[in-house]
Amino acid sequence: MEDREAVLYQPIEKTGRGFYVVVGILGIILAWAAFAYSRQLTIGLDVTGLNRPVYWGLYITNFVFFIGISHAGTLVSAILRVFGAEWRRPITRAAEAITVFALVLGTGNIMIDMGRPDRLLNILRHGRLQSPLVWDVTSVSIYLTASLTYLYLPLIPDLAILRDRPGLPRWRQWLYTKMSLGWTGTEKQKHRLERLIGIMAVLIIPIAVSVHTVVSWVFAMTVQPMWHSTIFGPYFVIGAIFSGIATLLIVMAILRRAFNLYSYITDQHFSNLGLLLLVFAFLWAYFTFSEYLTEFYGNEPAGMRVLFAKLTEEFSPLFWAMWLFNFIVPFIMLSNRRTRTVNGTIITSVLINVGMWLERYNIVVPTLTRPRLPSPVTSYTPTWAEWSILLGSFALFAMLYVVFSKIFPIISIWEVREGEELAAHQSPPVQAAEAAAD
Amino acid sequence: MPQWGMVIDLDRCVACQACTAACRAENNVSFAGPEDTQLGRAIFWHEVLSEVTGEYPNVRGTFIPRPCMHCENPPCVRVCPVGATYQNEEGLVLQRYERCIGCRYCMVACPYAVRFFNWRDPQWVENMGNYRNPDVPIRPKGVVEKCTFCSHRLPVPACNQACPGNARFFGDLEDPDSVVSQLARGPRAFRLLEDLGTEPKVYYLREGA
Repeated sequence: MEDREAVLYQPIEKTGRGFYVVVGILGIILAWAAFAYSRQLTIGLDVTGLNRPVYWGLYITNFVFFIGISHAGTLVSAILRVFGAEWRRPITRAAEAITVFALVLGTGNIMIDMGRPDRLLNILRHGRLQSPLVWDVTSVSIYLTASLTYLYLPLIPDLAILRDRPGLPRWRQWLYTKMSLGWTGTEKQKHRLERLIGIMAVLIIPIAVSVHTVVSWVFAMTVQPMWHSTIFGPYFVIGAIFSGIATLLIVMAILRRAFNLYSYITDQHFSNLGLLLLVFAFLWAYFTFSEYLTEFYGNEPAGMRVLFAKLTEEFSPLFWAMWLFNFIVPFIMLSNRRTRTVNGTIITSVLINVGMWLERYNIVVPTLTRPRLPSPVTSYTPTWAEWSILLGSFALFAMLYVVFSKIFPIISIWEVREGEELAAHQSPPVQAAEAAAD
Repeated sequence: MPQWGMVIDLDRCVACQACTAACRAENNVSFAGPEDTQLGRAIFWHEVLSEVTGEYPNVRGTFIPRPCMHCENPPCVRVCPVGATYQNEEGLVLQRYERCIGCRYCMVACPYAVRFFNWRDPQWVENMGNYRNPDVPIRPKGVVEKCTFCSHRLPVPACNQACPGNARFFGDLEDPDSVVSQLARGPRAFRLLEDLGTEPKVYYLREGA
């Protein structure tokens, strides 16, 4: 077992050139994005392409997108844990880390969108319960706290494993000692931890659902055409889980390659998650079709102007690209066993993330370009500052991930061990079936 | 408590924009400059909307002077997370500039697009900055601003005073005998986007009736 586990410690114990190259590149991108944001702080939101009536643009799109991919952790980790799906064990940590970092980026983007970020605390001082933005702040804060706890709890036994390993720098040993809270792996400790993880797994599912529902309500509670929709809550949740699984697949592929984790993250994982992705592609298509058909059939003028902006006018390339990436490509690639390979799943996942970003954009911007009263301006072109901050957001996400996987094991060592022990005690026929599945 | 309302007679309006100009001077509205105006960054607490409908030779132009509607049921007030926008006892929808966090949620929620954002620090061309009105505060960058019905000089908003065609009326809608009440009850009266249930307190008198 020790030999097989060696790869799990490698990223923590050895720092190769690849690490510095990646951190360097990400650092340059981040410095550039920080420069863009500093321009915005000095000059104001004038550096963006926002205007009247397109008051919200790329930053809000990013906000919805990142909150969306934060659902990867919840779904894979909590739902699969609750249902006792054994194959989840090596990928739960990677998924939970996505949740935490994506939430940081989501809230970061909404702060970047604020005209007066210095007055952020007014939301606590003067918060009004009737504002959907306050619902949002509340549910996102709860989700961030819960998902941090949910990331930390299963980390404790691994931290103790690292604490007991010789040869690590002193500050690391200090960190692991402090963070492992005196874990020694006694039956009592194990029992308590399992209980806590079990409670958190159940708690975090409704919290996650509430978060994306509330994000959708920020739009749906207004009377604006094609925002004021009753299906927005579940529609956003479905889209969130969809892009979350896609992100998890991309992260898994990178981790497996970078850290040589082929024996842990297997082709079977890609195939299983690929199937789940296919299910969500259908759900997404169903919701999207329902939403647009209802709007079309009602023929209400303000709604029709927005609808045709997407179907045939200036947003049509983005709208149809969204359909291609979110439904047609996943349908073709994932429903066929021959194309649902590791590479096929990864390519599809990248396209789904592009498609889901476009979906968020197609919800935020077109409605604003078609106000009910005549308006001299009806277009929006994002500027260099907004694109730089978009790029910076992805870079920060990657940076947080790189640093995290440098300090903490990205595969839950004790949970995998536990799974292997469980499998060893199982009756032979089941074991044979699992071996066949691998 | 009076409930302030406005009536604009579209038959008398000649779309001269005197109202818009008077509003800008009265309320210290910042100059956006030609570039930013092109981009849709100009601030107009009051503006005259124009719309051309029909096809040549049967074309028809409509002009609608547009202040804030000061809705009785304002969507902007409902969504504000910090209470920076509020409705006072006299029915005016006002803005606390010192509290606004610049999230622009009120702007996306307003179906009349009457709210404006300070995309940059306020600026004035040449020596125009020397002629600012001391009664009206200057708004810093990053906050939302809007028409106040000239709350600092009630009951005579600058737009009404400047109207050369006597097309605008202002007064207390609660008082059944006031001119605005009588005109608002008349057969020509209508309001913008009435079916949204916002209950605007700006009434228009239909043209050509």
